[in-house]
Amino acid sequence: MTPVEVQIESRNGAQAPSGWCCPECGALTERGEWRARSCVCPACGHHARIGARDRIAQLADPGSFSEEWSHLRTLDPLQFVDLEAYPERTRTAQAATGLTEAIVAGRARIENVACVLAVMDFGFMGGSMGSVVGERFFRAAEAAVADRVPLVAVCSSGGARMQEGVLSLMQMAKTTLAVDMLNETRTPYVAVLVDPCTGGVVASFATLADICVAEPGARLYFSGPRVIKETTREELPDGFSSAERNMALGHLDAVVPRAELRGRLASYLRLLKGGARDDESGQVGDAWWGATDVGRRVVGETRRAALRARRRVGGARRLVEKAARRAQEMVSPPGGEPQ
Amino acid sequence: MNLSEEIDRLQSRLSGMRHEARRHDVWVTIEISRHKDRPRTRDYIGSLISGFEELRGDRLRSDDPAVVGGLGWFESRAVVVVGHQKGRTLNEQTAVNWGMARPEGYRKAQRLFALAERHRLPVLTFVDTPGAYPGVAAEEGGQARAIAESMLSMGRLTVPVVATIIGEGGSGGALALAVADRVLMLENATYSVISPEGCAAILWRDASFAPQAAEALRPTASNLLELGVIERVVPEPRGGAHHSPAATAARLRTAISESLAELDAVPPAERRRQRRLRFRQLGEWSEGAGAYGLSAVPIIETEP
Ligand SMILES: [Zn+2]
Repeated sequence: MTPVEVQIESRNGAQAPSGWCCPECGALTERGEWRARSCVCPACGHHARIGARDRIAQLADPGSFSEEWSHLRTLDPLQFVDLEAYPERTRTAQAATGLTEAIVAGRARIENVACVLAVMDFGFMGGSMGSVVGERFFRAAEAAVADRVPLVAVCSSGGARMQEGVLSLMQMAKTTLAVDMLNETRTPYVAVLVDPCTGGVVASFATLADICVAEPGARLYFSGPRVIKETTREELPDGFSSAERNMALGHLDAVVPRAELRGRLASYLRLLKGGARDDESGQVGDAWWGATDVGRRVVGETRRAALRARRRVGGARRLVEKAARRAQEMVSPPGGEPQ
Repeated sequence: MNLSEEIDRLQSRLSGMRHEARRHDVWVTIEISRHKDRPRTRDYIGSLISGFEELRGDRLRSDDPAVVGGLGWFESRAVVVVGHQKGRTLNEQTAVNWGMARPEGYRKAQRLFALAERHRLPVLTFVDTPGAYPGVAAEEGGQARAIAESMLSMGRLTVPVVATIIGEGGSGGALALAVADRVLMLENATYSVISPEGCAAILWRDASFAPQAAEALRPTASNLLELGVIERVVPEPRGGAHHSPAATAARLRTAISESLAELDAVPPAERRRQRRLRFRQLGEWSEGAGAYGLSAVPIIETEP
């Protein structure tokens, strides 16, 4: 297997020259040992954030994962500029993580159970969900339906990708409908919520799985502590939004330590696949949209092309108006004395 | 004097002014969409729906007044109506929690969607909320899943669904009632992934950049029409809907009526298929060609 290099140190901000320093308890662990323990502190059990590559290496059988849909790439539909332009931010995130987007998906095997595995990476722009995350998740779900294998999603996200505006909001509906497709075709779907899993992701595909589990200590919420305090001035209860508290409130099936995750996932998948195969409903996949794969793509492409054209027409109209106004103003400059 | 330098100077000043004007326009729209006198869901129910019978409660624990729902007649056909309710006076606003729904509200909505499906009644929704309520009890009561399930249950309907963004379309709390066949939007309504203030606080690290954030987020009806997120903009009278609620309601009636007529022409299963397809296609991405500067990014593949 390819040795996988992650930049966990830089993300946690805690680094000691001789080893890994736990941000929770301060214990110093030799790096090799820490890595061998799946980046979990041996002293207090703190689960450090890990990137999508490490996660895949931990969950998928060696050599079984092949990434797909990586050709789907980010665009800048709003030409969004805040303190930095969106394409710049994207490039920075790509350079920092070595990933193309905040989700990595492909076909894999977990303890020899074939599945589609989709893993989010919080290191890529806070794991935010934009059009590419939505589309890759949808294609992953479609592949699971087509292959008749389960979907496993590891979810970690700060919420919607603000730089894609309302289009990122729409990914909540889109991924939700992907889960509807999984349900309707009896395709098993297991979600693992890891720190932090928040906002639009937790209010869409992450919490709609057949089985939802989380890692110890993971923070899971729709509205964060800061927003709650600012809006309502409420005091937050101890352990608010932690996996353990969510478990106690009935929002999770289990809190699973990282070391046990792979085995538990395999067990869930085998059980969910263990039902009677006495009807044809597993084949609804193609009928679900009532269109062939190719047909659907063509429709999508055409629609997007039409939208682009409409936008270009709008742009052209604005240019014409601008030219007209400019001509007008050259005759009488605004605010200046006519010459 | 050098005339061409003078022209350049004036041109750059002009484009600066034009930019300011555009930002100002977006901000004015944001303010109109939040105007205290703007007609609310109950006002539209009053003017568009006759014989309205309000239905209450989520059948689990509570009734959330921030979501109003019930049965009524729209142009002589029975329909189910669900919408966010904002108040006007401080007392009203407090009673409905400023239109911010709790999980109970979204579960009431789901109950009504199911009722609509069972009895083959079209669904009309009205969206007007700053967002889902961000409180401890709401969070711990399953706000996230309540929103997700609301979207899921709307996606499953085979009856016609028409949503109208009438004021503020704030984030997931708004979308939870807007997974529709046709999404209409009043001219001065807004629909966004995050409030301009919230966006500015995060990306600009200063909420006072809200007008800049508002412009960047493109939350206006014409922006959303261009992005393909809504089907139709319903014009408002000069100055906004609150200057003539009756005229606004009349235009909205026509728009809803025409949308329902279009949807009636499509068989139920096909209607649902098209709704699913509508949302499946939302978003913009590259299929490889035209992506910028990405060739150096490796594709992950574990070696056999
Ligand atoms: Zn520790």
